[in-house]
Amino acid sequence: MKLTGAEIIIRTLIEQGTTDVFGYPGGQVINIYDALYKYQDEINHVLTAHEQGASHAADGYSRATGKVGVCIATSGPGATNLVTGIATAMLDSIPMVAITGNVPCSLIGKDSFQEIDITGVTLPITKHNYFINRIEDLADSIREAFQIAKSGRPGPVLVDVPKDIQVATYEYEPQPIVEKVPLPKAKEEQIEEAVKLVNEAKRPYIYIGGGAAGLGLGDEVVELANKIDACIGCSFMGLSAVPDGCDRFLGMQGMHGHYASSMAQNEADLIIGVGVRFSDRATGNVSKFAKKSKIIQLDPDFAEINKNVRVDIGIVADVEDSFKRIASACEAKSNPEWIARVEQLKSEEAGFEAEIEKKSGDALTPKRIFDVINECKLPATITVTDVGQHQMWAAQYSTFDRPRRFVSSGGLGTMGFGLGAAIGSFVATNDPTVLITGDGSFGMNLNELATAVKYNLPVVIVLVNNGVLGMVRQWQNLFFGGRFSNTVLDRQTDFVKLAEAFGAVGYRAATKEEFRSAFEQAVRCGRPVLIDTIIDKDEMVLPMLPPGGSIDDIITNVEK
Amino acid sequence: MNKFVIAVYVDNRFGVLTRVTSMFTRRGFNIDALTVGETERSEYSRITICLSGDGYAREQLINQLRKLHNVKKVDVLEDDSIKRELMLIKVGYTKDTRSDIITAADVYRAKVIDYTPEEMCIEVTGDPSKIDAFIRLMIPFGIIEICRTGIVALERGNTTLLDK
Repeated sequence: MKLTGAEIIIRTLIEQGTTDVFGYPGGQVINIYDALYKYQDEINHVLTAHEQGASHAADGYSRATGKVGVCIATSGPGATNLVTGIATAMLDSIPMVAITGNVPCSLIGKDSFQEIDITGVTLPITKHNYFINRIEDLADSIREAFQIAKSGRPGPVLVDVPKDIQVATYEYEPQPIVEKVPLPKAKEEQIEEAVKLVNEAKRPYIYIGGGAAGLGLGDEVVELANKIDACIGCSFMGLSAVPDGCDRFLGMQGMHGHYASSMAQNEADLIIGVGVRFSDRATGNVSKFAKKSKIIQLDPDFAEINKNVRVDIGIVADVEDSFKRIASACEAKSNPEWIARVEQLKSEEAGFEAEIEKKSGDALTPKRIFDVINECKLPATITVTDVGQHQMWAAQYSTFDRPRRFVSSGGLGTMGFGLGAAIGSFVATNDPTVLITGDGSFGMNLNELATAVKYNLPVVIVLVNNGVLGMVRQWQNLFFGGRFSNTVLDRQTDFVKLAEAFGAVGYRAATKEEFRSAFEQAVRCGRPVLIDTIIDKDEMVLPMLPPGGSIDDIITNVEK
Repeated sequence: MNKFVIAVYVDNRFGVLTRVTSMFTRRGFNIDALTVGETERSEYSRITICLSGDGYAREQLINQLRKLHNVKKVDVLEDDSIKRELMLIKVGYTKDTRSDIITAADVYRAKVIDYTPEEMCIEVTGDPSKIDAFIRLMIPFGIIEICRTGIVALERGNTTLLDK
């Protein structure tokens, strides 16, 4: 049948399994929005307050489900407003398709109104992108975009469609959902080599990242750890892959990781890396990283092998298949000395935490906020964060009862990510969604409160309010002689009134009891709620490996 | 620091060269020379890249190239590959230096392709080291302008890069 380009776009999205899109109309996408109107029974459009919010929502949608998130924006400023969201998805390998309109082909290159070369702009922050100048290519390019977004190491793909292509008509035939391009299976010799290292290891550490989390390998990882008597640690992106209650799981390692997890990784004689890229935040100074350890790295992306750290065995293949084959071929064993050492590290960590807890008196500390959240949150809760101190506290203290319950910008560290991503996570799952944010991050994109209210998305926003840009302040405290250049916000914002002005519910909490009461009401009220939660401006995220430092430089306590 | 010549088959399509060079900028690769042109297969272009660097830089460059969607084949060429470059060089001359310049060009199997009352333009083809040597030879005469194409290179034998 013959359809317009705009209809072909929407029909192809529907054909590829898209049920929800996030976006914002504008001059060069009016035709696409007209098609959305026509097909509104088959595809739900969420109108955000800003295109950036739409891009983060599509990203959150994907993180919470594994599906490809889709966002739509007009040409020029609409398209450039997507850029931060696309880059966020790129750095965390999140599958996303962004559709942008552009001026008609006849006006391209003439600095026309709202014209921007968005494929040029997004070249380094997309897995691939398309500028469609022939309607014949439109449907297949969108299909390819989906395939590229979800295959191998996932990532964002942008499709830029000039207005005249949206208006033109062409034959459209529905196609099945494109499959991921299958990854090769690892060669048997590689598996054997890896198994040999696993069998020889006396201090094994299974190190899981976003790749393992994306594949839902948590149970298999725990099984292997039990079999070879290993401990498990994760990178920031690996959080929520291993559900709570596993004794072997030491939590996140790295710059703000758990003491026991970072220490154990440093003392291990074998690190089995599953879908990790050894980022600088995870390794610190690479020349001092895990010197006593052999490293096996399983990843779909050959460019990640030996990029940041040299590994002994890099297996570029279907990660799930490689992992399962190694796990089934290796020998069961016990490493009582190693486990005793790990237990010792855990009790040292508990000691540091108890010390900080003792010093805190009755104050509402970050740890106490998360104690309440963990205790009172509903089953299947998705924890979304913004970026900064609150994010690291969330990473350290949050509990997760199933995979894909932690949604946070790791690689790019995008302040302002959270509210849009929380909206996307809830739209995707209808599961309880808690946004942990800070007064700095929240200030960046709080306009999306309007979206949460418009669609009555009952996101619970815990605004950890210290009145400062806490993470930068912490660095200024530790490394810049306490010169707090431009990190004291000193704003007069009343967040409770702000929430109410948007039509949401606002609470304020300055003690643990107040917070508990507010949070308990919030999770049950069925509306968007903001809890302005007041903490001291000099709370720090500890432990900390100073930037460029190694495990020997770990800071576990700071005198205030 | 070693010199490497890397050949890349890419889709012969609008914008592909930009994707390749944008990646170099993003990843901080410093390229000595780059040439691009059509191939025996109309659907592909061939990019020839010269890079100075260590084994790590070479490995990273290849891996990052292979990740690009429009890149079909990447290979480091064998050391004994045939490498050629073409240079146009304008040199000033006087009555006294004219015959020396022409003799030098003859020895290098270069051709004088333009001749005006004060300068001549010479075309030189060959291995990049020959081109470098010819430039050194011309410095005393007064080089006016140089344009080099960058290396094109093929491996010896009856196979193509795509077969490998």
